[in-house]
Amino acid sequence: MAAQSAVTKLDLKQKSGTVGLSLTQLALRRLRKDRLTILAMTVVIILAILSFSAPLITQALGVSPTRTQTDKTFLPPGSPVHILGTDDLGRDHLARLLYAGQVSLRIAFLAAGLSLTIGVALGIITGFYGGIIDDIINWLIATLTSVPLLFLLLIISSVLRSLSNAPPSDISLIIALGFLGWTGTTRIVRGETLSLREREYIISARAIGATPWRIMFTHILPNLFSVIVIALAIDIGSLILTEAALSFLGLGVMPPIPSWGNMLSNSQTFFTKGVHLVIFPGLLIFITVLCLYVIGDGIRDAFDPTSRD
Amino acid sequence: MIKYIFRRLVQAIPTLFGITVLSYLLMSAAPGGPAKALTFSANTTPQQIARVEAELGLNDPLPIQYLRWLLGDDWMRWDSDGDGIADGAVIIPLDADGDGIPEPPGNRRGILRGDFGRSFFYRRPVADMIGERVAATLELGISSLTFALIFGIPIGIFAAVRKGGAFDNVTRVGAVILNAIPNFWLGLILILIFGSWLRVLPMGGRAPSSILSGYPPIYERLEYLILPTLVLGGSAVAIWSRFMRASMLDVINQDYMRTAKSKGLSNQMTWFRHGARNALIPLATFLGPSITGLLSGAAITETIFSWPGLGRFGVQAVTSQDYPVVMAVVIIAAVSTVLGFILSDILYALIDPRIRFN
Repeated sequence: MAAQSAVTKLDLKQKSGTVGLSLTQLALRRLRKDRLTILAMTVVIILAILSFSAPLITQALGVSPTRTQTDKTFLPPGSPVHILGTDDLGRDHLARLLYAGQVSLRIAFLAAGLSLTIGVALGIITGFYGGIIDDIINWLIATLTSVPLLFLLLIISSVLRSLSNAPPSDISLIIALGFLGWTGTTRIVRGETLSLREREYIISARAIGATPWRIMFTHILPNLFSVIVIALAIDIGSLILTEAALSFLGLGVMPPIPSWGNMLSNSQTFFTKGVHLVIFPGLLIFITVLCLYVIGDGIRDAFDPTSRD
Repeated sequence: MIKYIFRRLVQAIPTLFGITVLSYLLMSAAPGGPAKALTFSANTTPQQIARVEAELGLNDPLPIQYLRWLLGDDWMRWDSDGDGIADGAVIIPLDADGDGIPEPPGNRRGILRGDFGRSFFYRRPVADMIGERVAATLELGISSLTFALIFGIPIGIFAAVRKGGAFDNVTRVGAVILNAIPNFWLGLILILIFGSWLRVLPMGGRAPSSILSGYPPIYERLEYLILPTLVLGGSAVAIWSRFMRASMLDVINQDYMRTAKSKGLSNQMTWFRHGARNALIPLATFLGPSITGLLSGAAITETIFSWPGLGRFGVQAVTSQDYPVVMAVVIIAAVSTVLGFILSDILYALIDPRIRFN
């Protein structure tokens, strides 16, 4: 009798921590304990806040990202007024980095949102219906992924360049990146949907007469939450890298609008005069992408049902 | 086996077809298109533009233009009596523009027969210019792949056998860092350190610029290859080592590993003779995707290091709106990717007897 109650007590004690919590609640709890992921999130949030309050910061410091000063070119970091120095045209480097961050982050976030929307929608539909739709989408994915992404973007940006004869705007870049980046998400979501659609609750939903759209978007979609969040973090990271590479090659964001990528375009000529112009933009790309990858990894671990508290 | 290879090649046809249609549509989406790029000058008359358009066949319907680009037009419109005027035609009517004068016979052979047209910018056959640059890209690609394999595979093996140990953790962090570094920035930093500050390695190029004709043998200009290989192969090391680690971890838990150990083999012997050899098999499937990665990376790496290869050629062509060159580079990249995937599937099937060809 005594032994039995001890067992029950032990059982309760073990369970009391996790009982009654959904997978998402469990994941959030694990995330709160994951210091590295929290640190990475903090860094990204701080970077985003700094970038988007660029007008306030530059006003407070009395600097401008566009004002050129011929007598103050290549000032080193730590100069009066210009905390991070100035560039080849005497523009304030910090101000340009902040505004560039705005551009780079906005493009990456919106493009990731777009590609994720396309990827998730196509993934659910192909996974759910299968058959000919699945074949067509798979053919499209095979085609898109067999052209190295950068070359595909090169054609698109060359078309966009000639379309307007003006530099491609944010919007066209976001659309190009978003419409090409969905294939990975579609593959993952398709796989998940394939296994989800055989579950009992989907069969019950069918049995009570739920329409396919209702099943796809109210029963399957919420179960893809963790997959989507992970994909979002990784996508934003790799899109920042892609945008930076394109802008560096002179085919993405066009000067005078600064982006972290195009600020590095001419940096080979600055090697002897202003090394800070080579270091800071790249460092910011690196830190942001690294943090996003760490966040993606952290969320994956947190949602992993086999991981222990 | 031959049947399997044949089937894989046939399966690739829809993909290749899709690639050609996609890139052709994208290119023709540019308004004004090639004619505008060719006649870009303030004092070009509309008549001149119209003549260039007619010469390029831009007045024909889009499917015919596509067919001409893909298969050439020497069979569409021909000259049987040798007077320079077309007298026979299929698909395209003899007098397409209706001005009463038959056009000259076609002379394009189409990309399927290796005719990529002429560069707008250099006015030379694109195929010749591609031929001059393939060797440089292959050189860099092969050296980067070798670098990635030489470092990636041993790192993966050691990380797997000491899973959770210091080496595993350090290399894991290293792999994430290498993935997150923008590789053009890594290139710039390496040039800054080794080329500009220490002056021990050249800042770019493929050979000393004093050489005018041809390149010296590769062992005389290895120093030019070091930095580009580090940049292009660096992120590949990260990917290969993670892949090898995962594959090795799968193998380590197999029964035959326990058997090998229990019959008294040393740890090293089991890991390398029984473990690594089997863990290498799935890596064959990864060769195809890694070709894509190398080609994509080449565009950036070649541009930073002024490496005279296809990637840099493609980037320059986009900037100068040299469509035939852009198309050629894209098609070549796509075809080598598709072939790479097929090759790695075949390789996988060849070395792993468990894979059946049906």
